[in-house]
Parts: sequence; structure tokens; C-alpha cells
Amino acid sequence: MITVAQAMVRCLERENISVVFGYPGAAICPFYDALTKSDIKHILVRQEQNAGHSASGFARITGKPAVCIATSGPGALNLITAIATAYMDSIPMVIITGQVSSERVGSDAFQEADIIGASEPFTKYSYIVKNPKEITKVFKQAFYIAGTGRPGPVLIDVPMDVQNVKIDYNYPDEMKMRSYNPNMKGHPGQIKRALTAIKNAKRPLICAGGGIFLSNAKEEFTEFVKKCNIPVVSTMMGIGALPSDDSLYFGMIGMHGVKPANVALMESDLLILLGARASDRAVCAPERVNETKKVIHIDIDPAEIGKNVDADIPIVGDLKNTLIEMNSKVCSPKDNEWINYLDEIRANTQVKEKEFEGYINPKAFIRLLSEKVDDDAVIVGDVGQNQIWLANNYNVKQGRFLTSGGMGTMGYSIPTGVGAKMAGANQVISVCGDGSFQMQMMELGTIAQNNIPLKIIVMTNNRL
Amino acid sequence: MKHTISILVENHAGVLSRISGLFSRRGFNIDSLAVGITDDPTMSRITIIVNGDDYTVEQVEKQLYKLIDVYKIKRLKVEETISRELMLVKVSCTSENRGDIIDIARVMQSKICDISSESITIEISDTTDRLEILQELLRPYGILEIVRTGTIALQKGNKSIC
Ligand SMILES: Cc1ncc(C[n+]2csc(CCOP(=O)(O)OP(=O)(O)O)c2C)c(N)n1
Ligand SMILES: [Mg+2]
Repeated sequence: MITVAQAMVRCLERENISVVFGYPGAAICPFYDALTKSDIKHILVRQEQNAGHSASGFARITGKPAVCIATSGPGALNLITAIATAYMDSIPMVIITGQVSSERVGSDAFQEADIIGASEPFTKYSYIVKNPKEITKVFKQAFYIAGTGRPGPVLIDVPMDVQNVKIDYNYPDEMKMRSYNPNMKGHPGQIKRALTAIKNAKRPLICAGGGIFLSNAKEEFTEFVKKCNIPVVSTMMGIGALPSDDSLYFGMIGMHGVKPANVALMESDLLILLGARASDRAVCAPERVNETKKVIHIDIDPAEIGKNVDADIPIVGDLKNTLIEMNSKVCSPKDNEWINYLDEIRANTQVKEKEFEGYINPKAFIRLLSEKVDDDAVIVGDVGQNQIWLANNYNVKQGRFLTSGGMGTMGYSIPTGVGAKMAGANQVISVCGDGSFQMQMMELGTIAQNNIPLKIIVMTNNRL
Repeated sequence: MKHTISILVENHAGVLSRISGLFSRRGFNIDSLAVGITDDPTMSRITIIVNGDDYTVEQVEKQLYKLIDVYKIKRLKVEETISRELMLVKVSCTSENRGDIIDIARVMQSKICDISSESITIEISDTTDRLEILQELLRPYGILEIVRTGTIALQKGNKSIC
């Protein structure tokens, strides 16, 4: 027999977790004691929020749920912003928090906080483990839920006394849940309708969202785009789905997007949303979308379809599977008329940036940066002007552009960069503002202590 | 427009708070919510009466379905549904008007479940409309207290949502 704390560590090993990010405290001590005896590497962050962001960076590179850890009360509460940030961007994550002893739960004990209740609006699911025997089942389910369907953060809250109970360790091999069955395959009838609509469209447009990365569908997506010869725009989360300098890519749409992308969005007669939810920043007047065009919406989360824009052809399913299916049926590529038209707009909107004596033009700097970095570099943007400069001027090639799209959380870039680097990314560069840098500069300690070769660029404009 | 939504959920602690949290968070208006265990003790059935247009109710359904603990969900059509609500109502009475109140209760096919020299408690299980009729009829006598369970509903015929 082993303790629940030891079982928790074994569960992580079984899930092939090699690195975790966290911060200890009394209520999570039994788990930490067990963790020291494992080969799992623990990165001690300088504030729990950064453990969450680092896990986010790790998960976004590996495509698998990553783990962060905090103690009860203040530790867990410090994680909240990171959990919500991950939830908004559908990042798979398992959060482990210590809780006060079972018999004290509900008594306003020292360092007690209802983290389940507090995080309920922005966790995909959460557990408080009251029955020690359930620990392995809870871990198995947590990883399964976090990493399947529309990914998201799952929280496991374990009271301190439970961590010390001895149990028989037995990790389930399979996990089936009658109430949770994410739909992995798009409906064949709907796929057929979509292909017909594409065939009949004069000015089709693909809008790439973060779902392309989440379903690991970059290859299938590229094949689809090239086969159909359809222009592509992206949301902020979809940047990099096609290389930014691809002739079919016309930039980011929306409030902070670029003109060619927004013109394409306005003038298209068929909009194909791929793993994008058409949020308020991406589509400012969703009600007008349906007036001028048909919409095909492919997403794994049925609740996103019809939420912001109506879909004429909704397809619920995993993007990778659906695109494979579509690629096997796509017929002839579209002619170049519509693309040539957009090319012209793109050519006419290239403005020459002004240079000021003694200042560096940030856009020019970002463009230069794109040329200097490795082709597979991971760029992590923060929030603010620096983020928009990156989104519109950085040239993603084979690498990634990571940012906090949905929540716009300042202080994201450095800890997320740490996570991306720990996940094995070749070259990671965090770009932040001078304001956001000061929200996360404690992580320089983490970076120094662990010798993490992360590059940091601070875009100093002396203002927020 | 009122809609009746039936939901089968895993019978866990915390499920109800997830569901009610979702309603308040997303600004959905619920008129009533009733919950109880089913024939399968691991499953509970929730009946929600929600007020909203088609878009809102579709969103309610989809967001509810997204909850991990929700097993099945169905919007029930009024004409294909039997719905009932239970109400207990305590009215003040005197020896003079007691007979009138008992008559009303009888006409409304409700039950007297408690009686004292100064009050009568009536139990009615019926549609929400009929509950409200009884309530109006009793109002002149002085309603002391009312408690209602919220509507529960099943589809007519041999259909089931499971
Ligand atoms: C945690 C958090 N607090 C506040 C904001 C609001 N906000 C968005 S951008 C911004 C200014 C960021 O300044 P800086 O980091 O210097 O970046 P710059 O815009 O100057 O590039 C602020 C305060 C936010 N997004 N996140
Ligand atoms: Mg600044």
C-alpha cells in the first residue's frame, strides 16, 4: 500500500508527465514530499499564476495536458488568473491544489479557500477528492477530460489528510464516461453540403482559429487550403496556421487586424470558420456576417456554433478528422480571380513606416526579428501594443506564435515562454511590454535558477 | 416564451451548483428548477422552466450539455408534455368562512392537509396555471404562507428522454 500523495505522483508518471510547475505550502506538503522521490522535474516558480502560465506554454508545445501545483488558500487563489486564461484559450491543463483537512473544510480554517467554487466558471471540470480510493480514477478522468474534446483546465483539490491515507494503487487503463463523449467525427452529410457550398462559392474565405493547433491539424489544414486554393485569414489564436508570408494568407481579422483580412471578411460570399469562435474582437458585427454570406462552421464544441454567428452549415467534430475527410473529397481548386483582387488590396495597403531619430520603429523591429530568428522559433507575445505589433508584423514560419488571446492576460509571455522552452521548443522568445514585464519579472529568478535559455525582449515605450 | 427543459445528470455533489452557476453567469432567466433522484440512483433528473427566445434556449441547451456531468438534455414541447407542480398554501380562516374555503379546495381538486381553528393548509398538485387560479381564489381569505416545488415534467405516451 502507498499513500494517496505517492499515488498522485505515480499517476503523473503514468501520464508521462516529466515536468511540473508549482509552489509548495502546508496543505500540499505530503504530495511534495512524494514528488521529491520521483524523476519528475519540479520547476519552482516565483508566484503561482506563473506556474499556470508555464503549464500553458508547456501544453501548447506538447499538445498534451500539462501540470501545475499550488497549496490551499492563497496558493490556489493565485492560480485563478492562469486557469481562466487557459480556459479562454482552450489549453489542456491539470491543476493540483492542496486543501485543508477534510474535517475542517467549510469551517473557514487557516488557508482555506473554496477553490472549486471560485474556479468553477472557468474550469472544464473539477474534483475535490474526499474518498482516498478514488484518487487514481480522478487523475485518469482529469487527464482524459483536459486533453480531449475542446481541451481545457481541470482542477483536482486534495485535502491534506486524504493525501496521507494509504491505499492500494491501481491506475485504470481505459476511461469511459457515459456523460462525456466528445464528438470526434464530422457528420458526412454536412461535410458533403460544405463541399458543395465551397464549389458554388465565388469568393470563399477560410478563417483559421486556435482549434487548428489544438487538434494538431496544421498539415491537414495546409493541404485543404492548397487543394481548394482559398484565401485564408486568421483570428489571433490562429496566427501561424499558415506561414505568415504564404501567398494565400491575408492576415489577422478584427478590431486589431489588418485591412486586407477585414476586406476579405467583408466581401467574401462564403466564410469557412475552422476552430474559431468569432469572438467580439475578431468579428465586431457578427449579425452582419449572415446578411452577406453563407457560413460553414467547423468546431468540436457544439456550443460555439451559432453562439456568435449563425452557421448555415454547422459541422461538429474534431478538425483534424474532419479535414482529412474533406481533403479526400475536395475536387478542383478555385480560380485566382478573388485572390488576385485581395492581392491588389494587400499591395495597396503597404504603408511605409516613418522613422524617428532616436527611436526604433516597433513594427520594423518585429519584422527584422522575424528574419533573425530560427524558422521554428516560438514567439510568445504579451498583451497590449506589443502583442498587436507582433500579431501583424511577425512572420511565423514553421514555429508558433503564442499569446493570451481570449483573456488578454498581462504577464503571460515570460512564464509561458519558460513552459514552452521546458517542453523542448528549440528557440523561444518572449516579447513583452515594459508594463507587463514588471508583472512577471520575478520569473527571472526561475529562469536563472534553472538555467533556462529563454530570450526576452522588452518593448519599452515608457507607457502602458 | 417559456420552455421546459429536462436534464439527466450524474448524481454527484456539486452538479446543481454547476448548473445554477451557468444560468446566472450567462444571464439566463429560470422560472423554476426542480431536482430529484431517478430510478437509477446514480442519476438525477432536473426540470427547468426557462424564459427566453429560441436563440437563448438553444444556448441554454448547448451550454448545459457541455457540462461534463450532463448526460441527456431535452426541450419538451408543451403539447406533448404532462407537467405538474406541487403547492402548499396556508390560509387564515374563521368559523364563518371555513366552509367556503373547503368548498374552493374541493372544486379545485386539492386536498386539505392541515386544519386549525385559525388556518387551513391546502395541498394542490396540478399545472402551474391551476395553482395560480387556486391562489387567486384563496387570496381574499388571507394567504399566510405559500411554498411551491417548481414544475416537473414528463413526455406523454411511451417516449422517454433516456
Ligand atoms: C493583468 C492585466 N491587467 C491589466 C490589463 C489591461 N491592459 C491591457 S494592455 C495594457 C498596457 C500594457 O502595457 P505594456 O505591457 O507596457 O505594453 P504596451 O502596450 O506598452 O506594449 C493594460 C494595462 C491587462 N490586459 N491585463
Ligand atoms: Mg509599454
